[in-house]
Amino acid sequence: MSAQMNYLDGNAAAGELSKIFAIDVTAAQGQCAHCGTKKRFAEAHLYMQCPGLVARCCVCEHILLRFADVRHRAFLDLRGMSYLCFDTA
Amino acid sequence: MWRVGTVVMLHDETTTARTITLEVPDWPGHLAGQHVDVRLTAADGYSAVRTYSIASATSLEKRVELTVERLPNGEVSPYLTRQVAVGDRLELRGPIGGWFVWRTEQTEPVQLIAGGSGLVPLMAMIRSRAAFGSSAPFRLLYSVREPGAAFYCDELRRRSENDRSLSLTYAYTRATPKDWPRPPGRIDAALVEEAAWPSKIIPTCYVCGPTPFVESAAGFLSACGHAADKIKTERFGPTGGRK
Repeated sequence: MSAQMNYLDGNAAAGELSKIFAIDVTAAQGQCAHCGTKKRFAEAHLYMQCPGLVARCCVCEHILLRFADVRHRAFLDLRGMSYLCFDTA
Repeated sequence: MWRVGTVVMLHDETTTARTITLEVPDWPGHLAGQHVDVRLTAADGYSAVRTYSIASATSLEKRVELTVERLPNGEVSPYLTRQVAVGDRLELRGPIGGWFVWRTEQTEPVQLIAGGSGLVPLMAMIRSRAAFGSSAPFRLLYSVREPGAAFYCDELRRRSENDRSLSLTYAYTRATPKDWPRPPGRIDAALVEEAAWPSKIIPTCYVCGPTPFVESAAGFLSACGHAADKIKTERFGPTGGRK
């Protein structure tokens, strides 16, 4: 398996991110701050071979989100997305 | 939020995969395609979390079925497929994921493409469709190593025999049944074109399997003219680690 095939979908982050988000993030639409692509978070490429989670844009591979939960302290970096749009219905 | 489920039934699907039925008193119900995280905690406090797709149909029952494939060097799956016993309690988080789902109100044609144990969430869709009396036409293209590795064979055959709007195509990658028309091999563009709904009827496509399988299957669908926003994917692979 090549290094490029080591990712999952944003779907797979739903459980970890449910620790901090009240609404399912994976169905939310996010805009990549780098290339402007608007996609559901579930469509991002998710890398889990690290201490936390790294989600990358499925078009340009720019980092969208970083999340780590270490010794009961959770760190969330969302700089890679200009926005996340949630369906609140 | 972690819930506690009690194992009420175990059923071996193949020599390496087992379906675990859990009774979860506060289960809120789920959509077909969703998954759960399962957490195992050892006596010394070490815990491991893994994600498993839900196999059972959307329902009001406080029960959920997971089909778990044993991975050769797995940390959690060997326990779940060999040691777990009726009456054991497991911690669950979920249902989770609101994107890779089929809702019973969807009426458009659906194309399912599964690689190996990627069939599990797609089976939940097939079961939900039947449970709710949906007439949405479904096609399943199921790529599996060999006949003995296929999940839910008898049930799929029974369901498709009784229902003309559910059709099945098996693709074997290593060994086929006797007199099978297609030699063993991975799915390819020609097979997708032949077995899948044509893109002009605009089916919603769900593709689930290991990452390389999903990459190629989604690529074949795109090449056949299916729009990217009609192809939903769920890739799986080794996840988790020490928590």
